[in-house]
Amino acid sequence: MADVTLTVDGKKVTAPAGTLLIEACKTVGIEVPSFCYYPGLSLCGACRMCLVKIEKMPKLQTACTTVISEGMIVTSDSEEIKQARKSMIELLLGNHPLDCPVCDAGGECELQDMTFSYGAAESKFMEAKNHKDEQQWSPVVFFDRPRCILCYRCVRVCGEGMDVWALGVQNRGVSSIIAPNKEDHLECEECGMCIDICPVGALTSGAYRYKTRPWEMKHVGTICTHCGDGCKTTLGVRRADTGMEIVRGDNRDKSGTNGDFLCIKGRYAFDFANHEERLSRPLIRRDGKLTPSTWEEAFELIGKKFAEVRDRDGGAAIGVIGSTRTTNEENYLLSKFARVVLKTNNVDHHRTADFPVLAAAVRDKADATASMADVFTAPAILLIGNNPTEQHPLLAWQIRNNVRLHRARLYVINSNPIKLRQQATSFTEIAAGAEGKVAAFLNGADAAVDVLVNSSMDREAWIALREKLRGEQNLAIVFGSEIHGTDLSNLVKFGSGISGAKFVCLADYANSRGAADMGLYPDLLPGYHPTAGNSEFHREWGDIPQAAGLDLHGMVDAGKAGKLKVLYVIGSNPVGRLNIDPFAFSKSFVVVQDMFLTETAVMADVVLPAANAYEKSGTFTNTCGDLQLVKKAGEVTGTKADFEMIVRVADAMGFDVRKLVPFGGGTHADMGQSRGAQSGEADRHAVWLEAHGLEPKMSPFDPTTILDEIQRLVPGYDVSRMDLLAGNSQHTSLAKAGSGVAHRPESIAPANDDLFSSGTLGRYSRTLKSVVESHQVKPAEVAAD
Amino acid sequence: MRFSDEFEARFAEMVPHYPTKRSALVPTLLYAQDEVGFLSDEVIQELAGRLDLTELEVRNVISYYSMLTTKPRGKFNVQVCTNISCLVRGGEEILHHCAKKLGVGHKGTTADGLFSLEEVECIGACSWAPAAQVNYDFHENLTTEKIDKVLDEYRKKATQ
Ligand code: SF4
Ligand code: SF4
Ligand code: SF4
Ligand code: FES
Ligand code: FES
Repeated sequence: MADVTLTVDGKKVTAPAGTLLIEACKTVGIEVPSFCYYPGLSLCGACRMCLVKIEKMPKLQTACTTVISEGMIVTSDSEEIKQARKSMIELLLGNHPLDCPVCDAGGECELQDMTFSYGAAESKFMEAKNHKDEQQWSPVVFFDRPRCILCYRCVRVCGEGMDVWALGVQNRGVSSIIAPNKEDHLECEECGMCIDICPVGALTSGAYRYKTRPWEMKHVGTICTHCGDGCKTTLGVRRADTGMEIVRGDNRDKSGTNGDFLCIKGRYAFDFANHEERLSRPLIRRDGKLTPSTWEEAFELIGKKFAEVRDRDGGAAIGVIGSTRTTNEENYLLSKFARVVLKTNNVDHHRTADFPVLAAAVRDKADATASMADVFTAPAILLIGNNPTEQHPLLAWQIRNNVRLHRARLYVINSNPIKLRQQATSFTEIAAGAEGKVAAFLNGADAAVDVLVNSSMDREAWIALREKLRGEQNLAIVFGSEIHGTDLSNLVKFGSGISGAKFVCLADYANSRGAADMGLYPDLLPGYHPTAGNSEFHREWGDIPQAAGLDLHGMVDAGKAGKLKVLYVIGSNPVGRLNIDPFAFSKSFVVVQDMFLTETAVMADVVLPAANAYEKSGTFTNTCGDLQLVKKAGEVTGTKADFEMIVRVADAMGFDVRKLVPFGGGTHADMGQSRGAQSGEADRHAVWLEAHGLEPKMSPFDPTTILDEIQRLVPGYDVSRMDLLAGNSQHTSLAKAGSGVAHRPESIAPANDDLFSSGTLGRYSRTLKSVVESHQVKPAEVAAD
Repeated sequence: MRFSDEFEARFAEMVPHYPTKRSALVPTLLYAQDEVGFLSDEVIQELAGRLDLTELEVRNVISYYSMLTTKPRGKFNVQVCTNISCLVRGGEEILHHCAKKLGVGHKGTTADGLFSLEEVECIGACSWAPAAQVNYDFHENLTTEKIDKVLDEYRKKATQ
């Protein structure tokens, strides 16, 4: 759009026509105060805080609803304006309880800040305040009515942003109140968006309310450990008896692709970390019972057994199952450890998407995959399978808001009437399991249409839909695990005919993509290089086994036949999640690294207490392929990161760990000043880093050493380290992926988590449990899909 | 839920007049209230469904208008104005008189379900203050005697 030039406080401002005055002011560093205005939500004009003077206009005008025009002369601050704002605050405070000392928002409350700025401390109101006790609307959402300043942000974000429409405004004038959809309680997605968007402490969360004050926490920006979307979440931590306890999750700083979006899991389901069943000591099976031991004893035993089996029976007698929730560095290290130290290709993980086939299909194409940010800007989106609202909440948010704010065209093809159909330009219902036929048909196999036609879509309609899609440009093609193997290749072929088309393959866990990219496969090394061959990994890693190993099911069979002597499981629960026979490995020596005594861990010979992703550093790759930094926030005494444990196992096997983790090669860090005002820095850093095994490449437990190796060797990971460290997501490309194609699509098992479940992790989250229970109490009122 | 044929005919006639369905909400609520007597949960659910709204949205609108009610009230809703013009011409007296006569206060309903009483803001009949409105009919230049007669007439009407 053409640019418009205006003057604000004597400064020239140029912005595209159509820009709101309040936004134009921001571009030159002028902040106009606001309560009801919120970028990305509909305009409301309720609070009158943003009043400014515009020449030739009679009264003060609201900057949040005024569109800039050529030659406008604006004053954003004057005595008159100050007075107007002060009066608005006085009115707002008229019925406000002013209980800042106990209010959750105290210290980060917008009303508090404004009152400070405009000094409306005295009130002319003598009337008694209208009190109402706080109400609990759901396990997550609490409402303290007197604190509400009626900015309607919560109403709009729940409706427009979330498409839930669970909050409304009732009555009018001074008696207006915010009301939940079920009279005295909420029935909603429990995302907590309304709570974090509330400028005051009127909406508070069950997880955090009255626990601490904002300034008593340390705030760490890291990545959510639940679904595969990779939301940034800022965790508030504070000291506890057991280390550092996470007390809050939010993304109010709007960092990351998700902006201020988080679903219930990212915002509140960090509480598994503090669950009382959390393991904090190694356990060794003695006389049939798992009993506590020391770390030394545990590593010694594991090292001895692993080395013994490898030397006697060969690497083929050892199986390794990796995790979809450990970092890339850990997955890479595990992949390397298995091949280089254990000499085995029996490596697998819980697969929820067919990344190897995607990689093979796009390896000769640049820019073939879409980032999570692209989903918000693509002019058109094709969604086949999956139910993002439940399984990929951020993706659903991106799609929904792309349609709402940019009028993107959304084509949904699904076997269920999923909620996103409400945003869809076209919704096509198909029979369950027919997704593959859709891919075939789109790719030109006209015969496939016979299976697809039904009462609402005849042959012609299908052909018309295909033509419509072919006519799109820069189409984002998003698909669930229903599309795999040949179907996936077909879909990619179809997309290749559309200019600028990009793909998103949906996998279910926080680092499912990373597990695939880092080669947790029996037949693939990192970067989808086949185990047989002579890739860079063969050259760097030295003598590694060439023949493809056993996948998970192969390992089960080998276990039953007594051929698998050792099973090493890291952060995975195949018995609980994949219906593996718990007795399959009763003849094997089983080592499990986990947070809890899962169904898999209870059958182990040694269980090592692991730290979770909120308690370690490294990187995650989301389902789109966006690489992001994971930062240590919480800490539970007695646990170790999987990275350190793998290295220690290698060491206990007598392996030179420098060959596994090439530490010490980096520069010795400048740890801060040694004199002057900041002289304590060096000590503090060194002590802290050392306590966490994190000194910059001076220790074998430093994951950045492996990140170096990943960036050097794994195709697509050579992204900007600077941007990564700055906390930005970096899209990795599959363009130069290895040529590995061997895979078994039938071993893909979707997690089938919904909004309120999260694999084994979810079972240890009280928040998720309480929400599920609260929904079960009223079975008659099933939440909308 | 079933409405009368008359309601259905009006509804069908009205909806296409608006650019979006939801715009028909307020008149529809009025018609429904006239027919059922108040806006029950059942009515709310039905109308929300018909106009593609959530029940919450329908409730929000109802709560905005004092003429709409979600609670049953008497056959005749006596609304006495006590706003400025009426106030200076004895509106309060009329209200108290009604309260005494009917034995109910503001928003109360008589035991026989015949009358409910409501104190309201200006009903636009200031020139003939004090004024009251019973259902859709206005009664003006009231005195205590006059309102007695008005109420008696309604009582008679009910028994006919
Ligand atoms: S928690 Fe989320 S879905 Fe529930 S009312 Fe708040 S914004 Fe709406
Ligand atoms: S509850 Fe908070 S967000 Fe909602 S209207 Fe009140 S002040 Fe605004
Ligand atoms: S959408 Fe996924 S990544 Fe984002 S907060 Fe929810 S579970 Fe976490
Ligand atoms: S921010 Fe402009 S009126 Fe509220
Ligand atoms: S003041 Fe009573 S009708 Fe206007």
